[in-house]
Amino acid sequence: MSAKTRKEPPVPTQAQHPDSAIRVRPVEFGDLDRVIAIDSETTGITKTDYWYELFHRYGASRSRQRLFLVAEAKGAIQGFIIGEVRDWEFGSAPCGWVFGISVHPGARLAGIGTRLLEAICADFRHAGVDQVRTLIARDNSLVLSFFRSQGMMAAQFIPLEKDLR
Amino acid sequence: MKLQISTSLALYSVLEFAGNPKDPISAAEIAAKYEVSTHHLAKVLRELVRAGVIESTRGVGGGYRFAGNAKRLTLMDVIELFEDIGDRAAGREPGASTDVGQALGAVLAEIDEIAKATFRSITIDTMLKLIERQRGARRKMRAQPKIARRA
Repeated sequence: MSAKTRKEPPVPTQAQHPDSAIRVRPVEFGDLDRVIAIDSETTGITKTDYWYELFHRYGASRSRQRLFLVAEAKGAIQGFIIGEVRDWEFGSAPCGWVFGISVHPGARLAGIGTRLLEAICADFRHAGVDQVRTLIARDNSLVLSFFRSQGMMAAQFIPLEKDLR
Repeated sequence: MKLQISTSLALYSVLEFAGNPKDPISAAEIAAKYEVSTHHLAKVLRELVRAGVIESTRGVGGGYRFAGNAKRLTLMDVIELFEDIGDRAAGREPGASTDVGQALGAVLAEIDEIAKATFRSITIDTMLKLIERQRGARRKMRAQPKIARRA
């Protein structure tokens, strides 16, 4: 899963979790099935191997540079966020990168995405960086709007791509 | 990217009304603040009322009030009421069907798509937060002694 490839999910209908009932913590192996299910539901693609590999790199061997967090509410994992600190890409000073975030469609509009982003930003600050970036497909209005609502603005970088076929 | 005057007026107005959701604001107040003709603004406000973005209130202290959902209504929703941005239909401009014209058209279309995605991603609520942050930054700047600012 990545913010770049996620299809737009249905408009959420529930908003029941008080902010204090949300707990954000590092991912554990036992959370993976739920993470895979949330991703599968929101993207329409089940990527089990990808998530186990990601857990190996970002969860099990967690460091200040690599972060994989989950949000618990109502006794279940309701969302996750993944990111890392990237150093000196094309001369850019080290910064935090968020490359995956998702909240279960039934648990949206309850501040879970906000809490996840706040938590990873706090970890980025702790790792010594003072800027956070992400990359979103421009037709993914839902996630784009979320990051915009959190105060994120267009960056100094322009994403480019080329068809290699 | 340049918006038509009516579109800009609509955005100014919607943000004024959404920023003061309880108190009706008169067209004359908006016209004076943004230095535009009341006549032109009235046409814009009529369209916003027709679209359900704002509502008019009558009587003493009457005016207009925001009637939409600030967390759902995007800048694009408002813009599309007044113009079709990025409407660069191929072949409409002289030379557009040539190789050079098509290549230039591809670059301009790229810019339009980015602009549209930006407008679609920013809600009125997000804009109000941005306005508040800018106000805060200006207040902070004014509070700093001039010497510190020069340094």
